[in-house]
Amino acid sequence: MAEQKATPLLKDELDIVIPTIRNLDFLEMWRPFFEPYHLIIVQDGDPSKVIKVPEGFDYELYNRNDINRILGPKASCISFKDSACRCFGYMVSKKKYIYTIDDDCFVAKDPTGKDINALEQHIKNLLSPSTPHFFNTLYDPYREGADFVRGYPFSMREGSSTAVSHGLWLNIPDYDAPTQLVKPRERNTRYVDAVLTIPKGTLFPMCGMNLGFNRDLIGPAMYFGLMGDGQPIGRYDDMWAGWCTKVICDHLNLGIKTGLPYIWHSKASNPFVNLKKEYKGIYWQEDIIPFFQAVKLPKECTTVQQCYLELAKEVKAKLSEIDPYFTKLADAMVTWIEAWDELNPTGPGASSAAPAAAK
Amino acid sequence: MSEVTIKNDEVDIVIGAIQSDLTSFMEAWRPFFSNFHLIVVKDPELKEELKIPGGFNLHVYTKSDIDRVVGSSAGSISFSGYACRYFGYLVSRKKYIISVDDDCVPAKNSSGELIDPVSQHIINLSTPATPFFFNTLYDPYCEGADFVRGYPFSLRTGVECGLSCGLWLNLADFDAPTQALKPTLKNTRYVDAVLTVPARSMLPVSGINIAFNAELVGPALTPAFRLAKEGNLRWETVEDIWTGMCVKVICDHLRLGVKSGIPYVWRQERGNAIESLKKEWEGVKLMEDVVPFFQSLRLSETSVTAEDCVVEIAAAVKERLGSVNPKFVSAAATMVEWMKLWKRVRGQ
Repeated sequence: MAEQKATPLLKDELDIVIPTIRNLDFLEMWRPFFEPYHLIIVQDGDPSKVIKVPEGFDYELYNRNDINRILGPKASCISFKDSACRCFGYMVSKKKYIYTIDDDCFVAKDPTGKDINALEQHIKNLLSPSTPHFFNTLYDPYREGADFVRGYPFSMREGSSTAVSHGLWLNIPDYDAPTQLVKPRERNTRYVDAVLTIPKGTLFPMCGMNLGFNRDLIGPAMYFGLMGDGQPIGRYDDMWAGWCTKVICDHLNLGIKTGLPYIWHSKASNPFVNLKKEYKGIYWQEDIIPFFQAVKLPKECTTVQQCYLELAKEVKAKLSEIDPYFTKLADAMVTWIEAWDELNPTGPGASSAAPAAAK
Repeated sequence: MSEVTIKNDEVDIVIGAIQSDLTSFMEAWRPFFSNFHLIVVKDPELKEELKIPGGFNLHVYTKSDIDRVVGSSAGSISFSGYACRYFGYLVSRKKYIISVDDDCVPAKNSSGELIDPVSQHIINLSTPATPFFFNTLYDPYCEGADFVRGYPFSLRTGVECGLSCGLWLNLADFDAPTQALKPTLKNTRYVDAVLTVPARSMLPVSGINIAFNAELVGPALTPAFRLAKEGNLRWETVEDIWTGMCVKVICDHLRLGVKSGIPYVWRQERGNAIESLKKEWEGVKLMEDVVPFFQSLRLSETSVTAEDCVVEIAAAVKERLGSVNPKFVSAAATMVEWMKLWKRVRGQ
C-alpha cells in the first residue's frame, strides 16, 4: 500500500479568522495547531477595549474604527455587535484559504482520546475533491480506508473542487433557541467518523463556528449579512452565507463537505436572548428557504461575484415583500461585493480572476 | 423521541440462499433472527440440498415453488442468483422486509457490541426521513440528536421512509476494479450515523444489507436488470444498483425518504476480484448510461402509487435507453412482467 502523504501545513496560504468580543484565552489550547498560522482577529463591540492576544501568535487585529476607516461608507455592510463582523476578516485576507472558529470552541478529543487537529482535517477536506453529483454510501471516497462503492459511475470519480469544509461540534450542539429551551441538557456526544459532500441541489444550515473554505473559489459568497445592532435579526449570519454559498457552489460545480473535524463547543448561549434574536428568522426562513431552493442563476454568471450580485437582485425582487429588511440586505450584499473588489483588485479572489465553469 | 416498538409480526426477513449450507450463517444470526419470520429462497440454479439449522420460524421456497407460483408468466423474469430473493418479496405479506446476503454475519460497533440490524432497519423505516433539507447532525430523530439551528420548522415533521440502506464492515461493496487495485482495502471504519439521502440525489443502493416498507415501495424492487455473465458474486452484478435507482426516483416522486448508514453487517471474504475482472466490465460500462437517465427522470403527476411509477419508468427505459443496449429493452419488459406478476400473486 502506498504511504499516505503528510497533509501540507499551508501555513503561508491560510489565515485563521476569529471574531471576538471578550478575550482570546481559548487560543492557548489551540497553540500547538494554530501557532504556525497568521491570525486575523475581528474585534466586535466597544473598540476602546483592548483585546489581549496570547504571546507568540502572528496576527492583525481590526476593531470597528479600523473597519470604518478601511471601508468608509461601505462599512455599513459589516454588522456591529454580532459575530457576523467576522466576514470583514475574509475580505482583508490575502490568503487562499480561510479557517474561522468561535472563541468558545476548544480542541476536542477523538474516541481514542487523542486531541483532534481540526485545522489539519479541514485542509484535508479542502485539498481533496468533493462528490456533489452522486452520493457515495461510504461517504468521502478520498479518505484513507474508503473508496467509491460498486455502482458509482467511473466518469464521476474525479469529483469537483471543494470550496467549503463544514466542521461539527461535540458537547454543546448548534441548536436554535426553541430546541435549546426544550432540551437544555442535551449534549452532542456522538462522534460520527465521516466527511461527506452535501449533494447538489440540497440546502443545509451552515454553522460558522468551525468552518474552512477556499477563498479563491468562493470567498465573495461568504458575506455574513446584516445582523445585531440596529437589525431585526441575529444568529442567521452563517445561515444566510451558507444558503448563498450553496446555491453558488451548485451553479459553479463546486463542492461543500460536512462532518469531521469536531471541535469542543463549551459555551451555551442564553436561550432567551437567542430566541429574541432568532424570532423573526424562524418565521422568515419558511419563505427564505423556498426562495433559495427555487432561484436559478443564469449561465452567464461565471464568477462568484456575478452570481452573488444576481442573488442580491433576486433577494430584493422576491424577499422584500416579507420585510423591508431584505431590501437593506440586498443593498448590503451589493456593497459587500463592491468592497470586496476594492480590497481585492487583482490576483486570487478578484472579479477578473478566471471564472469557474458554470453548470 | 418516543420509543419505537417493533411488532415482530410486521417483519419478514428474506434470505436468498446462494450457497447451500446456511448453518453457520443462521447460527450467527440466531440472536437477532429467532423472533422473526424468515423467508428463505433457494437459488434455483443451486443443485445441493439446503442445510438450515432448526429453531427458526421459517418458510423455504425452492425452484418448484417458484415454478408453481410464477407459472408460465415467468417469461422474462429470472430468479437465479441474487434475484432469488425477489421471489421472497413477492410472497411476503409483511409490512417491513429486511434482506441480508448469505455471506454476511453480525458486525460489532465501536464499543464492541454486536449490532442488531433488524431493529436498526425498523427504526430507520419507522421514523421520519428528511429529504428536503440536509441536517448536519444527521438523523434528527435519534437519541441525543435533533435538528440544528437554521433547519426550517415546517420541514421537521419529515416524510415516511421507504428504503433503509445499511452498510458493511470488512469486505465493503466495492466493484471488482476497485477491489482488485486495492486487495487489502477493508472497511474498518464504523460511522455511527444514518442520514436521509436528499431528494433528487441518486445513490448506488447495495442489496447486501437493505430493508424496505413493502406497503409503500414493495413493487418498486424488481429483478429487472441482469448482466450477461452475471454470477453469484456481487462484483458481477448491478441488479441492485438498478433497482435502487428505480426506488429512489419513485421515493422522490412520492415524497418518501431513503436512508443510508447504520446498521452495519460484517461481510465475509468471498471470491476473487481479479477473477471477476476477467468477465466483462459490462456493468461498469452500463452505469455510465444508467445514471444520467435516472438523474434526469421525472415522473408524471398521474403516477401516484409505486406500481404506477414502475410502469412509467419501464416505458421511459424502453423509450430512452432501448436503443443504447438491448439489456435495457429486456429490463423494461421484465419490469412490466413483474408488475403483472406482483398484482396477480398479491391479489391486488
